[in-house]
Amino acid sequence: MSAWRRLQVKLRTAPGFFASIQLTRRHARQYGPLTLCRSLSTGSPLQNKYFKDLKAQLAGFRKKASDALPGSSWTPLLVSPNLPPARVDIVIIGGGVVGWSIAYWLKQKEMIREGARILVVEKDPMYSQSSTVLSAGGIRQQFSLPENIHLSLASVNFMRKINDYLGVMNEDPVDLQFNQSGYLFLASEQGAQIMEENYITQRNAGAHVSLLSPTQLKQKFPWINTDGVVLASYGLENEGWFDPWTLLNAFKRKAISMGVIPCHGEVTDLKCTTKMLRSDSDEIMAVKRINYVKVQMLNSLEYQPVECSIVVNAAGAFSGKLTKMLGIGSGPKDSIAGIPLPVEPRKRYVYVVNCPDGPGLDTPFLIDYSGVYFRREGLGGNYIAGVSPEEAEEPDTNNLEVDHQFFEEKVWPVLAHRVPAFEKLKVTSAWAGFYDYNTFDQNGIIGVHPLINNMYLATGFSGHGLQHSPAVGRAVAELILDGNFKTLDLSSFSFGRILSQEPMLERNIV
Amino acid sequence: MSAPLTSLHRCCQRSALLLLVARRQWCSSSASPPPPPLPRHRRLLLFLTQRYYDIEMLVNWKSQLKRKWLEWKNIGPRSSWRSEVTSQYYVLRLRGGFRYAGQSEWFRADHRGRFRQDFLKHKGTPLEEVDMSHTDINFTGLRNLASQQSLRTLKLRGCPYVDDWFLSRLHVFEDCLEELDISHCPQITTGGLAALRNLKGLKRLDVSSLPRIEIAGLVVILLEEMLPQCQITATGYNLDLSQAGGEKEVEELSQRQR
Ligand SMILES: Cc1cc2nc3c(=O)[nH]c(=O)nc-3n(C[C@H](O)[C@H](O)[C@H](O)COP(=O)(O)OP(=O)(O)OC[C@H]3O[C@@H](n4cnc5c(N)ncnc54)[C@H](O)[C@@H]3O)c2cc1C
Repeated sequence: MSAWRRLQVKLRTAPGFFASIQLTRRHARQYGPLTLCRSLSTGSPLQNKYFKDLKAQLAGFRKKASDALPGSSWTPLLVSPNLPPARVDIVIIGGGVVGWSIAYWLKQKEMIREGARILVVEKDPMYSQSSTVLSAGGIRQQFSLPENIHLSLASVNFMRKINDYLGVMNEDPVDLQFNQSGYLFLASEQGAQIMEENYITQRNAGAHVSLLSPTQLKQKFPWINTDGVVLASYGLENEGWFDPWTLLNAFKRKAISMGVIPCHGEVTDLKCTTKMLRSDSDEIMAVKRINYVKVQMLNSLEYQPVECSIVVNAAGAFSGKLTKMLGIGSGPKDSIAGIPLPVEPRKRYVYVVNCPDGPGLDTPFLIDYSGVYFRREGLGGNYIAGVSPEEAEEPDTNNLEVDHQFFEEKVWPVLAHRVPAFEKLKVTSAWAGFYDYNTFDQNGIIGVHPLINNMYLATGFSGHGLQHSPAVGRAVAELILDGNFKTLDLSSFSFGRILSQEPMLERNIV
Repeated sequence: MSAPLTSLHRCCQRSALLLLVARRQWCSSSASPPPPPLPRHRRLLLFLTQRYYDIEMLVNWKSQLKRKWLEWKNIGPRSSWRSEVTSQYYVLRLRGGFRYAGQSEWFRADHRGRFRQDFLKHKGTPLEEVDMSHTDINFTGLRNLASQQSLRTLKLRGCPYVDDWFLSRLHVFEDCLEELDISHCPQITTGGLAALRNLKGLKRLDVSSLPRIEIAGLVVILLEEMLPQCQITATGYNLDLSQAGGEKEVEELSQRQR
């Protein structure tokens, strides 16, 4: 009897046993063998499993729902991963070569690791409009102001040892593709005197420049037509051109490796507090201090206010727009607040031409007295050329379209006259870029703005910002961290000269 | 409970993304093939430097010391009594060799870097030939030779620190230099060769086996155009343009450089 009973019990449990096996099989199909093991080993798994199932199904449903929405990675709560931190020490607006150079030098000079949190905000991740990558990439010492010559010399020393400064361990060394071809300036009768004065300034500053008479010029560069040339000056050393993109990337790579935070977004607003101060001349001035920088994320409505103690305005051609947001330039006419930052975009065209019979490897960066310039580009018989238009004929700066007529009328005649081989050139492409043009005196503006006591300006380089960026970055870092210039005294580039209306005119502007 | 967890999660996500972004930017710029794997000790070092600041610091110090040592060697003798023979001392200290003008005897250091002092006898005589092949001469060191304004031959074969900046400085010999050998220098590129245009008196130039010159055939032609009186030696390259599809290569290069 008892044996029979036992058999019955067994039979009764058997279907349950089978059922549970069936169930786990189904699960195994869904979740793999792991679940099978677990469900066999635990005592009462069924209830838990039900919830798990439900959870998984809900998760699946949620995923489907979010996938179905336009812009699939959308979820209601997730914060955009590229948002900048809410609080940093220094915000650098503008991720061009000047901005990244400042970031690098700030990190280089800080005493302790992570001593300062530095954020670089760049609105254009492709750099499609930045002057840096659209420039001609030249570097020269042939300026008329000693400050500019010293800036060039310091920068060229930096470039010579670029891998000591910007090399990152275990990454490829930086190759600037520097072409040691020199600059050749030509002067007509009117310009000869100035050229001679400049030559003396340049020699005194330590630049290796030589003056050439038309005969010597013809001897050295037989392919030049010396008509109208009275004097020429040629840089023997430390002049030429390089790849701007490489320099920008090298600064960026090193700065990021040192802990600078990069961010793609646009600074659309600057929140500040205002204090009323009485100046020496009894003028009441509203002095501002920026507390927050509003960083608008790209292609989204999201933004982040970033609290900071120092702002660096390195926005190139658009730095004037930034200071305008703070009301600079919109005050009463005869007050300090009425003087705007005199930096605006000016469109410049660069034409790529092909001419197999051109001067080849022999070509320096030639600058004619008319302002037309050209240089070699690569080895395949290509050259780039351009000229700055006259003040009255400045093109519209709303876009970067190229005016090909301009080449036919203004550039080609001069090129063909200077180098007869260029009669037969072909334009193969062209581009346009914005000069960060300082309308006041075509020189950089470096230093604090008198009415915004925590905004440092590093802008307005008007066509020579790329070559000066290494030295300017160091100078701005010194100004911020040490309080004054240490290696190169650039105090004459401060905003003060605009207030006192004393321009520092550079005569060799291309 | 869940709030801190999610924020942590987000935090991780963000840093991972940041890393990703940072990386991606750099790899796109140079589409070079992946570098060969490092030897084991370098990999270990890399691993350690990525995790410990101290090790990174040490590695940095090491490379800094190496640079300092190179600079120090190249600065040359500074004491004033040697000022007349600065170049000579410098050349011998770097284990190079030289020949005075109008003499046939060469002065060289032996393999242990020792040299006889009898070159002092000819103190006032200028140098005519300097052989710095396989030495550590660099841009700074060239300054020690700049006073030799009758130098006619300069041999720089296989110098690891001779680069484009060095070549641009050679204009100090623009009136005298006739023969220049820069073969096997690993750092020289076309951008530096352009600076040789200042040496209009150059009669012989050796640019053999420069590893960083990409299309040597074209470069040699351009050099010949630039220095018409100069005889250019360029071995160690596949110069046959037509055979190696040179035309295409030239086109490609010009495209790339654009
Ligand atoms: C055709 C041409 C030829 C040139 N040739 C030479 C040359 O031969 N040698 C030389 O030294 N210089 C040359 N220059 C000048 C040189 O390019 C510039 O002076 C230099 O690049 C300025 O650098 P930057 O970093 O200040 O400006 P940019 O490179 O313009 O960088 C500023 C960045 O700020 C960003 N930005 C602006 N506003 C905001 C905002 N609100 N929020 C976030 N980001 C913002 C912009 O997107 C931009 O990327 C040339 C320029 C041109 C146009």
